[in-house]
Amino acid sequence: MSEYFDEMYNSDGSLRGPYEEIGRWFDAEDVSRLRAKQREAEEVFRLTGITFNVYGKSEAEERLIPFDIVPRVISGREWQRLERGIEQRVRAINAFLYDIYHRQEIVRAGRVPAAMIAENEAFLPQMLGVSPPGQIYTHIVGIDLVRTGPDEFFVLEDNARTPSGVSYMLENRETMLKMFPELFSATNVRNVSDYPLNLRRSLAACAPDCAEGEPTVAVLTPGIYNSAYFEHAFLADQMAVELVEGHDLRVVKGRVCMRTTRGYRPIDVLYRRVDDEFLDPLNFNPESALGVPGILDVYRAGGITIANAPGTGISDDKAIYSYMPEIVEFYTGEKPVLKNVPTWRCSEPDSLAYVLDNLADLVVKEVHGSGGYGMLIGPTASKKEIATFRDKLRARPSNYIAQPTLSLSTVPIFARSGLAPRHVDLRPFVLVSPEGIKITPGGLTRVALKKGSLVVNSSQGGGTKDTWVLED
Amino acid sequence: MLGKTAGGLFWMSRYLERAENTARLLETGQRMALTRAQNSIEEWASVLKTAGVLDSYHSKYDEVTKDNAVDWVLRDAENPSSVRSVIKQARDNARLVRTALTHDVWSAVNATWMKIDAVMKRRVNERDLPGVLELVRHQAALVRGANLGTMLRNDIFDFTRLGTFVERADNTGRILDVKYYVLLPTAFSVGSSLDNIQWESILRSVGAGGGYRMTHGQKTTPSDIAAFLILDQRMPRSLHFCCRKIQENLFYLKKDYGFSGPSCEGSDALFQKYMDKDISEIFEFGLHEFIQEFLNDLSMLSRQVEIDYRFYE
Repeated sequence: MSEYFDEMYNSDGSLRGPYEEIGRWFDAEDVSRLRAKQREAEEVFRLTGITFNVYGKSEAEERLIPFDIVPRVISGREWQRLERGIEQRVRAINAFLYDIYHRQEIVRAGRVPAAMIAENEAFLPQMLGVSPPGQIYTHIVGIDLVRTGPDEFFVLEDNARTPSGVSYMLENRETMLKMFPELFSATNVRNVSDYPLNLRRSLAACAPDCAEGEPTVAVLTPGIYNSAYFEHAFLADQMAVELVEGHDLRVVKGRVCMRTTRGYRPIDVLYRRVDDEFLDPLNFNPESALGVPGILDVYRAGGITIANAPGTGISDDKAIYSYMPEIVEFYTGEKPVLKNVPTWRCSEPDSLAYVLDNLADLVVKEVHGSGGYGMLIGPTASKKEIATFRDKLRARPSNYIAQPTLSLSTVPIFARSGLAPRHVDLRPFVLVSPEGIKITPGGLTRVALKKGSLVVNSSQGGGTKDTWVLED
Repeated sequence: MLGKTAGGLFWMSRYLERAENTARLLETGQRMALTRAQNSIEEWASVLKTAGVLDSYHSKYDEVTKDNAVDWVLRDAENPSSVRSVIKQARDNARLVRTALTHDVWSAVNATWMKIDAVMKRRVNERDLPGVLELVRHQAALVRGANLGTMLRNDIFDFTRLGTFVERADNTGRILDVKYYVLLPTAFSVGSSLDNIQWESILRSVGAGGGYRMTHGQKTTPSDIAAFLILDQRMPRSLHFCCRKIQENLFYLKKDYGFSGPSCEGSDALFQKYMDKDISEIFEFGLHEFIQEFLNDLSMLSRQVEIDYRFYE
């Protein structure tokens, strides 16, 4: 008996409802054919250049994110509830961002401590009083979810700054469609391929008032050596918009313009994949060569829409995360549909004491960390690692939060020995515009390929799966 | 289109063209070395010179040897003009302009880099060299085919063609620049066997042996060879052909954009100055001087294209 919830098989070995077709298909398949298909998929990924660059390695190092051919399936009923919860959460995050850059009602009401905002690294005083079109700060959001039981979903993390991975969601589906068309004829899988079209529409709907005619949208990338460059190029290509770098842009007569073969042309909406810190050397990091001098001044004057807005990253902060249930309730007046993972803020002495006493059972994360770096997973850590972490915690308690180790659900992967359960999470992608909130049915399922591992990040050896939401 | 994208397309094509031409140069060098063993070192020095890497070669090696010359021109990462380096740069440029390319062109360039990188991880021994050089030419043909077969005929295409023909004119010009003396009419050698081998090698290095015979039959004279490489209208690697294509593509851009810069007129001037001639006039002027001035003007024109279409800030 497994202590984890498996999404495909019940504990008696029977198939769970959403997986009936997949299970039947797999049993009827020839294993060697599937293995050949798996290799074929990897070849396609490599040839298409669906790779990510590994930081700290030589420039030439581009790796594939391993792709597993067994899809992850979510029933229509399960999805409906997730959708409701995600929409509620995203509405709350945008309201929260508007509020902290204006009257800070939530601080006045005593629901979030003032220091949590004012002293936060990701809080940008330059954004105070700025109202972006539609009061939307985070236009593109990824909400990381984990599952622990049939009806238990938790939000693990909010990615309101620059969520990545959507290109994998799209390419994984394309690959599955090409390799196993028969599977899609037998099931009712909801479509994800209109994401780029929706993204463009959603961005265009946020154009500033000065835009003339059809708004000009562009994607801003740090360049070809960025780890997510493939995704930046992919999205620009699919949206049929320009992919620009900082040195292609310049402020001309109060507008941010791109250098084209016919001269400088203004951009209305910039989907930027460059961090706040590097966005504008005049206003932030003066060393940055990735940004555009003066873009923030144009932005503040309403000459361009930047998606996501500068200063949005504060809502990704893991200490802010711990206040998310209050935040949702404060702005929506409703109980949160999706649960938060219980979180100890190590900045609070009682919590710190508890965390230090229970390190072996907890997951400890840096408040600004991401990508699975700099975290401690108590149950799998060595005594020495725990001791080192104890010192770090004591030295800078406010830099950390701690959470119980969750029993993440499993979905089988096609391993050497056949189907084998591995832990998964899910990142659905959300688009926000004045026209409404759109959630692509599915998202990116990340899977820990190592047996027993709970870390699904691609930078730490995780893989991905195609994610199916069924039409009930 | 972004100026940077135009630049990326231009340079992607230049590097691919250079890879192919350098491979052909090595093939010719290898063949020459095999047919007249006594002076093969001179031949490799001439290959290095034509590829424009003789000086950089000597920064690493003292003596010219066959193995070192082949390695330097073919795959040394320290040589930015080695076949491997230029294919890497072509691929980096293709990545930069990924959104302007069709899937077919992008994956052809990407596969080219992956295959070349795989066979050039280690020194390529003599036995494997012909296969590797053939692979380079095949891959270049694949990319060219994907480009011609799948790309829209718009400004994107024009910039890739400009890159191709600027580079090709430069490469053909360099071969003539290094080998001009073989083509000079002298009092004695009129078709000695040594001359024949030299002349044949010039034609080979631009892949034009067959085309030449089709046009001139078995009669090989230096003046006909020079005319074929410089002035022939149908030979796709002649200076005339390349200049015409450069002119045409700049004209398409002018029509498309409704404006043109100095490079458009510059290409007309280049054509008139060098191509509106017959071969005896060129010999009278001096073949070497003619080629050197041409290469100089060509590189100025290329720089003007970069300025006119805002490749850089």
